[in-house]
Amino acid sequence: MGYPHKPHPKETVVLSECFGDRDARSYDGWIERGGYRALEQALGMDPQDVITEVKESGLRGRGGAGFPAGVKWGFMPKKKSKPHYLCCNADESEPGTFKDREIMRWTPHGLIEGCAITAHAIQAEITYIYIRGEFTEPITIMQQALDEAYERGVLGADAMGTGRQIDMYVHRGAGAYICGEETALMNSIEGKRGNPRIRPPFPAAVGVFGMPTTINNVETLASVPHILTRGAQWYKSLCRSNPKSTGTKLFSVCGHVTKPGNYEVEMGFPMGELIHELAGGMRPGRTLKAVIPGGSSVPLLDREESETCVLDYEGCVEAGTMLGSGGMIVFDDSADMVYQMMRIARFYAHESCAQCTQCREGTAWTVRILQKILRGEGAMTDLDLLLDVGEQMTGKTICVLSDSCAAPVGSAIKKFRGEFEAYITGARQAVAALV
Amino acid sequence: MHETTAHERVFTGDRRARLDDVLTRYPSRQAALLPALWMVQEARGWVSDDAMAEVAELLALTPAYVKGVVTFYTMYHQHPVGRYFIQVCTTTPCNLCGAEGVVEAFLEHTGCGELGTTSPDGRFTVIEVECLGACGFATPVLINDDFVEDVIPEKVPELLGRYQ
Amino acid sequence: MADQDLVTVTIDGIGVSVPKGTSLLEAAKQAGVLIPHYCYHPGLPVAGVCRMCLVEVEGAPKLQIGCATPVAEGQVVRVNRSPEAQRARQGVLEFLLINHPLDCPICDQAGECELQNYVFQEGQARTRYTPTFAKRFNPVEDFGPDILYVPNRCILCTRCVRFMDHVAGEEVLNVSERGDRAFIGIHPDRELDHTWSGNVVDLCPVGSLLSKDFLHKARAWELDKTPSICTGCSQGCNVNLDGRGHTVVRVRPRPNVEVNRYFMCDLGRLTYRSMNRGDRIEAPLIAKGGQLHAVDWDHALARAADAMRGASGRAVVLASPSSSNEALYLAKRLCEPFDFTGAVRAEQAGEEAPLPGVANLALRGERAPNVTGATILGYTDRFDAAVEAAAGAALVLILDESLEGVSGDTLAKAGTVVYLGTALPEVARAAGLVLPVTDVAEEDGTFVNRDRRAQRYAQAKPGPGMARPAWWVLGELLVELGRGEPFSSATEAFAELAEHESAFHGLSYARLGWGGVVLEERAQAEVTA
Repeated sequence: MGYPHKPHPKETVVLSECFGDRDARSYDGWIERGGYRALEQALGMDPQDVITEVKESGLRGRGGAGFPAGVKWGFMPKKKSKPHYLCCNADESEPGTFKDREIMRWTPHGLIEGCAITAHAIQAEITYIYIRGEFTEPITIMQQALDEAYERGVLGADAMGTGRQIDMYVHRGAGAYICGEETALMNSIEGKRGNPRIRPPFPAAVGVFGMPTTINNVETLASVPHILTRGAQWYKSLCRSNPKSTGTKLFSVCGHVTKPGNYEVEMGFPMGELIHELAGGMRPGRTLKAVIPGGSSVPLLDREESETCVLDYEGCVEAGTMLGSGGMIVFDDSADMVYQMMRIARFYAHESCAQCTQCREGTAWTVRILQKILRGEGAMTDLDLLLDVGEQMTGKTICVLSDSCAAPVGSAIKKFRGEFEAYITGARQAVAALV
Repeated sequence: MHETTAHERVFTGDRRARLDDVLTRYPSRQAALLPALWMVQEARGWVSDDAMAEVAELLALTPAYVKGVVTFYTMYHQHPVGRYFIQVCTTTPCNLCGAEGVVEAFLEHTGCGELGTTSPDGRFTVIEVECLGACGFATPVLINDDFVEDVIPEKVPELLGRYQ
Repeated sequence: MADQDLVTVTIDGIGVSVPKGTSLLEAAKQAGVLIPHYCYHPGLPVAGVCRMCLVEVEGAPKLQIGCATPVAEGQVVRVNRSPEAQRARQGVLEFLLINHPLDCPICDQAGECELQNYVFQEGQARTRYTPTFAKRFNPVEDFGPDILYVPNRCILCTRCVRFMDHVAGEEVLNVSERGDRAFIGIHPDRELDHTWSGNVVDLCPVGSLLSKDFLHKARAWELDKTPSICTGCSQGCNVNLDGRGHTVVRVRPRPNVEVNRYFMCDLGRLTYRSMNRGDRIEAPLIAKGGQLHAVDWDHALARAADAMRGASGRAVVLASPSSSNEALYLAKRLCEPFDFTGAVRAEQAGEEAPLPGVANLALRGERAPNVTGATILGYTDRFDAAVEAAAGAALVLILDESLEGVSGDTLAKAGTVVYLGTALPEVARAAGLVLPVTDVAEEDGTFVNRDRRAQRYAQAKPGPGMARPAWWVLGELLVELGRGEPFSSATEAFAELAEHESAFHGLSYARLGWGGVVLEERAQAEVTA
């Protein structure tokens, strides 16, 4: 998918309104499109009122966990006794997810505005925008926008002429998926290995540099200005199903669809429509086989499950999976599920930070067992072993990286056991070369 | 690996000034570690032990600490690489869309032959990389700082022609 | 502690009250339940990474790590009574073993390996890791003068890294790489040669960090462990002497939170060498015709008593600062009929080397264990003056003093010279009587460290030949002179000391226990008064 693209009629375009619109990237262009009005409005409000408004909107974290953003902000100390920090999580690394990249590429000032409003709400002087190192273009664009925002007095010692200090910096990652985990991200900003921290203490109490910190995903923060200008009630009304899931969500659709890309729809949108209509459906002669809906870390859905799944936090849980980051990996009937699961497991084995035993050893072991099966050397007991190893990797570690490896693999064995067995019995030809 | 010649300091003149500016953004010197290592890589193409020692000294850390951090982040090169460092995404979504064929095309047309090795002319090093975060634009390839989308094997020779 | 600061929890059915903020793991220890663990160590910051100490906490949605979960009032915790927690531990053990070389037969840690122990206790009988998978392999690395790193056995608990970073304050180690490629790395140009770096070997729960000095010397299960006090300096680190038969093979720290916590320095670790020296005096010797002749104890003691009986004037005791309080006290008592001068050499023999992460813990410049004890017992540190005084003294008693710099002429000018020693320096041959005594590893006794803590040490091995503890020799001399009852043990010798020396009033070996007791300042005042 290239830009500019014409939104599909079923899309509800809020965040992606300016995607493809080069002029929106500059300060002046952003102002022309109504930018920074929300920030001006917010700076005239009491921080608590901003939090209340966002709580009321029902905005939930778009990074994966879906925690209500306003509630999270409310955990920050109200009486400020030491520096507060805001971290914008732009370490988008979840396979299948590429929405934050587009937000930063096309609406950098929108993100800056969202960050500045949030910084005001949580009384933070400094915001770090942690962008994964591979995102060379978004880094450049964000940096240019920040420079402009400083020049135009949006940021700095006298932000928007209010006398308030709002500083914002890009912090470039250097190749580590796990830094998208909020405590690992904080360690990475501090110049450490990106190891997740044990909780408690939670970031709102002891965060980056040991200070109260809020970490939000790019999409979450970019939604904030819209909530302020159009109101919590409007945002709440963007809901097709469960009232606990509100607003629009950018879904990244990739894999075996004819029109991969980002699609912005209301919460509660049917997954079937998204895949078959918006994303163009399968290639000719192909049929849908499975979908991993929330980035590669969640259980996969088979055809029937995905075609009936409702795309919101509750709908995905009901379908036996999670909404996650909204990165949907679509598999058609040509996909080799065993091979793809090995590839997913290899990703997690590569990215494990090495702290927790189950993750460090379990992810690598999972890869080896899957490779053995692919080589045609597997035994039926290997499938039970994979499930058992997966169980040991679930719910036992500091962060959920090891759970994220076990979930797709375990669900694939349960839902596509026949494919695994075919390699084991020899009904399917072994894969000769394995990377 | 140590540089065979005496270490020429990275942080002098403008670069030193840039580091000083970076330091103003954080409440600790240590926090400037990732930016400082990026500056080393930008200047030298890779991060040698001597450069790590220099960074350590500037940020009041130990070289052992710095090394622990460098080896955590895969984008810092611990060895010299080709003039153009090519990272091809092969994680699941790209894999579904034929990323492995793209890797093969790069290996063939760069003359690298194998992943991680540098072509005989010193121009290219090709590696497979885990998810570049552009799954809808399979297959994305990062050539130094150029992010190239929608790469298919057929486009590879023309693409490489742009990097002499 | 006030009641409101105590929290009551139930662990495997056992109720226990602990201070607020205590971890479940430490609370369980109080309840007598060991929660298996690797990365946790009470002397280090919590890492929470090995995930071995997962326990079931009633009401919690998933298992919690005991090391980082604080107690909460009324909490019900299950460790061994939780099949889920047990299964999780089995899982961790299996994960830790898949890449482990299983080379226990050639591993120094075998017998005291926490991986071996827990696998034996509750691990699975077989691995499910297919033998066709190659195990991770990295060559053994030389980390420093006394430390080898065997990465294949490493479980990445990071105790060593945390010790060097947070306790020794010298970040020479790191975790390098990530995922299952990770290993413990070292500063490329540095060695693990910090004065306290040997502790990483003790801290390593498996056989990954080894002492070269101890390499393949003994099997851990064959060693007897005897509580002792390090003689390396005046800090008085509590240690265990590990030995077998007549040999001490290593010295390791014995936890005492008041003195050395869990640590000791590398110099102290080498003190065992002198305990195995071969040039020991093995029989009492009497000078006869310009030569020393071996005799039995009855003869030797009678001869010494004869020489002392009826003598008067000055008596000088030149004592080693490594002499026990018991010996120092009895030597002084023996000199009661005389004008007593006692001295030890209390010199700064080296640089002080602190362990930054622990308050008041250092390798002290004063490289002897009992200068403070000697001082309290009336010995001075004016050693040279005492040597001068010895020239005209009626009796010179030498308590294992090295006599370095003391000339034979000085001793020749004295009346009776009795030398109690472990080895025989050339100058001591001038003594009329040489009585063989045991060293710190061969006797029970006490020292007083620089902070006035009286601490016991115990006998780890038999003395050589006819050597006897100095307290026994001096006690027998008093008996011979009709001035005392025989002591049957060091306990009795100490009891008499405690009765007569105000600083030690009310103390006994039982009271001292194995943690020691600080001598109160009031006693000091009484002594000086």
